[in-house]
Amino acid sequence: MNKNYFEVLRPGINSTFQDNGRNNFYHIGIPFSGAMDNRNFLLANAISNNGINNPVLEFAYQGPKLKYIGENISINVTGDVNFKIIRKNKNFKFSCYENIVLENNDCLDILSTNRSVYGYLSIGGTFEVDYYLNSCSTNTKAKIGANRGEKLETGQIIQLKNIKTILPKNKIEYLNSKIENIRIVKGPHFDYFSKDAIDSFFNNEFNVTKLSDRMGIRLKGPKINNIKNTNIKSEGLVKGVIQITSDGDPIIMLSDHGTIGGYPKIGVVISADYDKLVQIPPGSKIKFKEINLKDAETIFKLYEMETQNLISNIK
Amino acid sequence: MIKNISNLGDAALYCDFGTEVNKEINRNVINYFNNLKQSNFLGITNITPSYNKLVISFDLKLTSYAKLKKQVENLELKKNNNSKNNLIKIPVCCAEEFALDIKRLKNLLKINEEKIYETFFSKNYYCYMTGFIAGMPFLGDMDKSLFAKRLETPRVKVPKNSVGITEQFCNIYTFESPGGWNIIGKTPVEIFDNKKNTEPNLINPGDTISFYPISKLEYEKKYE
Repeated sequence: MNKNYFEVLRPGINSTFQDNGRNNFYHIGIPFSGAMDNRNFLLANAISNNGINNPVLEFAYQGPKLKYIGENISINVTGDVNFKIIRKNKNFKFSCYENIVLENNDCLDILSTNRSVYGYLSIGGTFEVDYYLNSCSTNTKAKIGANRGEKLETGQIIQLKNIKTILPKNKIEYLNSKIENIRIVKGPHFDYFSKDAIDSFFNNEFNVTKLSDRMGIRLKGPKINNIKNTNIKSEGLVKGVIQITSDGDPIIMLSDHGTIGGYPKIGVVISADYDKLVQIPPGSKIKFKEINLKDAETIFKLYEMETQNLISNIK
Repeated sequence: MIKNISNLGDAALYCDFGTEVNKEINRNVINYFNNLKQSNFLGITNITPSYNKLVISFDLKLTSYAKLKKQVENLELKKNNNSKNNLIKIPVCCAEEFALDIKRLKNLLKINEEKIYETFFSKNYYCYMTGFIAGMPFLGDMDKSLFAKRLETPRVKVPKNSVGITEQFCNIYTFESPGGWNIIGKTPVEIFDNKKNTEPNLINPGDTISFYPISKLEYEKKYE
């Protein structure tokens, strides 16, 4: 057994190890998975001076409570997260996006994400996790990846390796912007819907329901009436695609989505808005705006530049 | 062969091979899939064949819709003799506790159990695609006499390894999952083996499957 480890005192609601995800297995039914909010994943590893595809611990809503045993280690939390460190029975509050030193017997308590969904814990070192098909990303449906394809469980031990002995003091100022306008490009079945239905889709707000997780977001709002067929022959799906079910409700497919589906696709969320989309918690509202492909590509380039700027400004 | 290529969002190509479901169209889709896998076009992250569509996902940091579309249009197809495709025999136990919907089918199709199973086991089935959940094969075509609608209310949990039929298709639930297909039995064979790090799925698009019946005793033996 290694001498550096976390003991899980409370697992949190949906805590899983994630990296950049796995490519090239859609055809056998295995989705990308990977960290839901890619920017916050990249920032977490960059602040730790880790490689860009190092595993992180992703949590949703309420995070885990972890007891640390071992030599001093740097950690950081990204997202919009409320957390504290309990050291010798005293509580210490810290900010996201900065390295903090954990000492032997410290307890890291990740209390909640604020009006958002996902947050990330990165360490100056590596979580010792299993890899499957070139990725450690946990997929709880196919039971693959780190932690035998399961969420964190109470009492389990997380072994750590390659602990950095020089503890960096990196920090950035970053505020996660909250958006409720999500930009999409038209999907291949746009003409399955009447003009009224399309107008209603873009002019109304939709509620994000509790039936939302790493697989998808279910929305409730005005019914989107189909004038052709509510079912199509099942075909490939992608992250961010919006299907309209036979009940007329939109479902947005997210990183752990089923790889094929049989509902018409009205649109696809642009790549640049995906990180913000996944952070919209149940109970919030979403409004869609249509843009063309060229604009979507330009906006993505800007989004990428912004991410790279943030990383190069880490000091 | 591809009738039309359009964009599925800003990071995927949507290749349309037609609207019908038949082996000829599907073999075209799979032929493109196999050729694209060997193409090494920059930026492709996933290729998803289905009955009559092919979705190609890509990394928007490395390529774009216009670039990749041109490459796919100019792709020189090597004839695929489908030599990689196999005939796979799958045992199915039709004991009462596994055949959850056989009574419903009897009433719906107005034929008796013996005839349903005799018809089902007498055909070979072609694998059009795998997916939805990891490793799940979509197989066809069923004999017309066995065409049955999905359950009106899908099951919240279909047991793992159940064999189901609906319309012209049959499938195997590789994991416990929600689903609405008519369940007629259960196989002891691991169709998706998540302990195998290469080729975890037993059945691939283009393969041929033949089912054969086994008794409860044989089923239990295979499980040991």
